[in-house]
Amino acid sequence: MDIHSGRITAVMGPSGTGKTTLLKLIGGQLRPDQGEILVDGQNVHQLKRSDLYRLRRKIGMLFQSGALLTDISVFDNIAFPMREHTRLSESMIRHLVLIKLQAVGLSTASHLMPSELSGGMARRVALARALALDPMMIMYDEPFTGQDPISLGVLVKLIRDTNHALKLTSIVVSHDVEETLSIADDVKIISEGKVVADGSVDEVQHSGSAWVQQFVDGMADGPVPFHYPGPSIGELLMAGVKTR
Amino acid sequence: MKPIMTSIARLGRGCIFLSKTLLAVPQLLPRFGLVVQQLHSVGVQTLLIILVAGLFVGMVLALQLYYTLNTFGAEDILGLVVALSLVRELGPVVAALLFAGRAGSALTAEIGLMKATEQLSGLEMMAVDPVERVIAPRWLAGFISMPLLAAIFSAVGILGGYLVGVDLLGVDSGSFWSQIQDKVEFYDDVVNGIIKSVVFGFIVTWIAVFEGYDCIPTSEGVARATTRTVVHSSLAVLGMDFVLTAIMFQ
Repeated sequence: MDIHSGRITAVMGPSGTGKTTLLKLIGGQLRPDQGEILVDGQNVHQLKRSDLYRLRRKIGMLFQSGALLTDISVFDNIAFPMREHTRLSESMIRHLVLIKLQAVGLSTASHLMPSELSGGMARRVALARALALDPMMIMYDEPFTGQDPISLGVLVKLIRDTNHALKLTSIVVSHDVEETLSIADDVKIISEGKVVADGSVDEVQHSGSAWVQQFVDGMADGPVPFHYPGPSIGELLMAGVKTR
Repeated sequence: MKPIMTSIARLGRGCIFLSKTLLAVPQLLPRFGLVVQQLHSVGVQTLLIILVAGLFVGMVLALQLYYTLNTFGAEDILGLVVALSLVRELGPVVAALLFAGRAGSALTAEIGLMKATEQLSGLEMMAVDPVERVIAPRWLAGFISMPLLAAIFSAVGILGGYLVGVDLLGVDSGSFWSQIQDKVEFYDDVVNGIIKSVVFGFIVTWIAVFEGYDCIPTSEGVARATTRTVVHSSLAVLGMDFVLTAIMFQ
């Protein structure tokens, strides 16, 4: 699988197919059983710890849960990577944090604690934190989940504009087909650990594969079973207590 | 056979984790504020239960010993017996058990929840070592706090013994203090008690932070890890107490 630099790549597929695992492999948090992962020309899993950390400073990641530090405020969460990895003055950090928060519409919420945020707000703060060090690559794990329509529209625009303005490489893992395809340059659909469709948005949308069409159109019937494999509901009901 | 192998594997992981934590401790010097923050949450917030428990343990000890000593007309040594019991044994052991219940369980739950909510993974992806940023300050704070809490427990216990022995039961105040001053040895009694509490602090905090870091990141996993911290810490304290007592006071 190749992820092209400077482009937005959408990674899509059914739940449990390994999309988040793929992001963790790219970030060096998991080790592959076989094969290798190259980021910016470096084999992630052969790097020394210090080199891996140097590489990670250039990678932003938006976690599914937000992963904000719960014992510090929104402001301090975004300032955290700046304080850890730069020698910027506190006044400069303050300016940068407020700019990042303004981008996600939360500059007036800097004093709040993460426990006071809604799920959608927490995700936007996490996005601001992922952008804090102006990384070369950002990985988004389900960025649109739990967003109201207004925030969703702003986020979609923000991801697209940030990527194009800063020439970032973005990997977006998402189930939200419409929103994701509206900003993606490339699309990869994976299933059971394999890439089943790979190409531009147009190519994937007009793919002849019944599997891809079922996923893109969100159909219950098709090659991918909606129901978990096993006996039918009729068989289960007839079996009565034996199914226990 | 499988449970034994699992336990050995956990012990191995625990030892590797401890060595990483100890190696991270020198990195804390430039950011000692993190340790001070944890000293407050691990040490200061455990103070109340230590003070109250110490006071009552000393009071009960004096009450029980007074009636026994009185039978032999030896109530003058009440202060000495209370002080020796607390400094050598009850201070370090009971303080460590309370510490495991109050601070140890809180440490495990906090770290376990940080793992469950991907905060530790988030730190790693921000190129910040969670062992250095989260674990080492908490471990060091626990290690520093434990001997201090044990010392406070013993001191308050002796005061409790004084209140009951002297003020309530009429033991002579001069005898109470002079016996302690005369017979409690600094190296043999006080220092050995401090050594015990240092060892207990090391073990309890190690178990607490490891259980949190190694737990299964679910509600049930965190709950089980918290329970394991209290049970394993208490057993380790009692077991080590026997070993240390056998070595120190033979």
